[in-house]
Amino acid sequence: MSRFGATVLQHLSSSRASSLHNREPGQKSISFTGAASVMSDQGIQPGVPGAAPVQRRRFVEVLLGSGFMATAVAFIYPVLRYLIPPRTIDVGSDSVVAARVGELKPNSGKIFHFGSRPGLLVLTAEGEYRAMSATCTHLSCIVQYRGDLREIWCACHNGVYDLNGRNVSGPPPRPLESFDVQVRGEEIFVRRRREA
Amino acid sequence: MSPATVVRKWLDDRFDWDGLLAPFRKKTVPLHRLSYWYFLGGITLFLFVIQVLTGILLLLYYRPGPNEAFESVQYIMTQVKFGWLIRSIHSWSANLMVFTAFAHMFSVFFLKAYRRPRELTWLSGMVLLFLVLGFGFSGYLLPWNTLAFFATKVGTEITGQVPLIGKAMMIFLRGGDEVTGATLTRFFGFHVAVLPGLATLLVMLHVLLVQRLGISVPPKVEAEWIANPNLRREMKFFPNFALREAIAWYIALGVLGALAAVFPWDLGVKADPFISAPAGIKPEWYFLFMFQTLKIIPPRVFRIIDGEVLGVLAFGAAGAIWVLLPFMERSARSRKWVSAIGIFALVFIIGMTIYGYIAK
Repeated sequence: MSRFGATVLQHLSSSRASSLHNREPGQKSISFTGAASVMSDQGIQPGVPGAAPVQRRRFVEVLLGSGFMATAVAFIYPVLRYLIPPRTIDVGSDSVVAARVGELKPNSGKIFHFGSRPGLLVLTAEGEYRAMSATCTHLSCIVQYRGDLREIWCACHNGVYDLNGRNVSGPPPRPLESFDVQVRGEEIFVRRRREA
Repeated sequence: MSPATVVRKWLDDRFDWDGLLAPFRKKTVPLHRLSYWYFLGGITLFLFVIQVLTGILLLLYYRPGPNEAFESVQYIMTQVKFGWLIRSIHSWSANLMVFTAFAHMFSVFFLKAYRRPRELTWLSGMVLLFLVLGFGFSGYLLPWNTLAFFATKVGTEITGQVPLIGKAMMIFLRGGDEVTGATLTRFFGFHVAVLPGLATLLVMLHVLLVQRLGISVPPKVEAEWIANPNLRREMKFFPNFALREAIAWYIALGVLGALAAVFPWDLGVKADPFISAPAGIKPEWYFLFMFQTLKIIPPRVFRIIDGEVLGVLAFGAAGAIWVLLPFMERSARSRKWVSAIGIFALVFIIGMTIYGYIAK
């Protein structure tokens, strides 16, 4: 029970107890409302001996306070829910055509759309396709293939990954997620690796 | 010492916090049978704050632009949790605010609170009312639906009727010859930057003037008080009046929440510059009296002037006279005239609004 509630109950019961205590034999007990009506705002009415200090003001404060609290919650809750953006559904991001055969020269790379995120397709100097996430694991900049270094480089904080996406130097804490590449006819498909 | 006392003492040591609050402790509000009218200004201010808060929330998802505006509002109303409620509160609060601003203006008018030395309070209040109407007009276009599109087309066209500068004003408002995406971008800028900035400054000035000059006592009540000084009653601004004001705001919030939840605001159909205006199209209720008046003026009046031009000039002149009325009231006779004009304006606005609703 809340502290407010407890205080109110305490006042109610003390009022009842004292009014019972004061009654003459054979007299009916005085109801709480009857007792409260003789009390002033301060809860003390001189000249009414033994009248309990039911703090009417306090009681009203508790009622009003809980009313205001309930209103505040009723208005703040929708606002907080509103602030959280709805989830966007990533449609068809499991497999995409990243490029066409012949589009990339050996020792170069290209950024492609993998759902709503960027991916990096690299054709190595040896003529092998590699694909991985293009989002740097450090602070989410977009990485690029550097033909001169034969490595993947992030311009933001000088992070370097090898051609398997392993973080080799600089601040990146984890490797880039690598994808499967399949050449089917003229098209180069990139697929997310299924967890076994 | 409690933490509150410590903070208070810290502030007091630095910039005389208690000195700043002293006027509020001394401030009193006259208490009489017409005191209830004093709450309308406060409620309007409260609704303005609601507008600023819900407006900021809508800005989190709204995108201006003819290809995105309607869709983004649709997104707010269908995808974002409680988005429909936030937008509904913004729309309802806007309408209630226009209503309370008008009611506040007429109460100030009929209680003669604009008399010397409060002419500037009246003037700043009138400018605020025009800004509120500007908010209504510019905000109405932002969802980029059919009704908004035609309302803006007609509204800016009316501006174009003003002799000499009308055409330039229309092109300025539209951002070109026609209502297009350029108009939407402009109205968005007016609605979220220009008008809020001006309104905030003027609200500060308006409230400052009210603080400085105190609250007016209606002449009738004042006369009674002078005749019988025992009748004079006042209440403390803090806490007595402030608490009553808080209850008034609380009731306003309740009414607003109920209206917004029970009657959610409609979005309508996306605007298309190449479709016909739908039958029965009407402006928002607060522009209806002007709309209806312009509708019933004949196309040519006395064979010398266009009906539209006459209407626009007449409304301009009436507005200017209305704003300057406090300065025209000098003698007992002119006071009667001013009151008569006020009653005529109120009856005209209410009558034309009802007529506008009934008329086809």
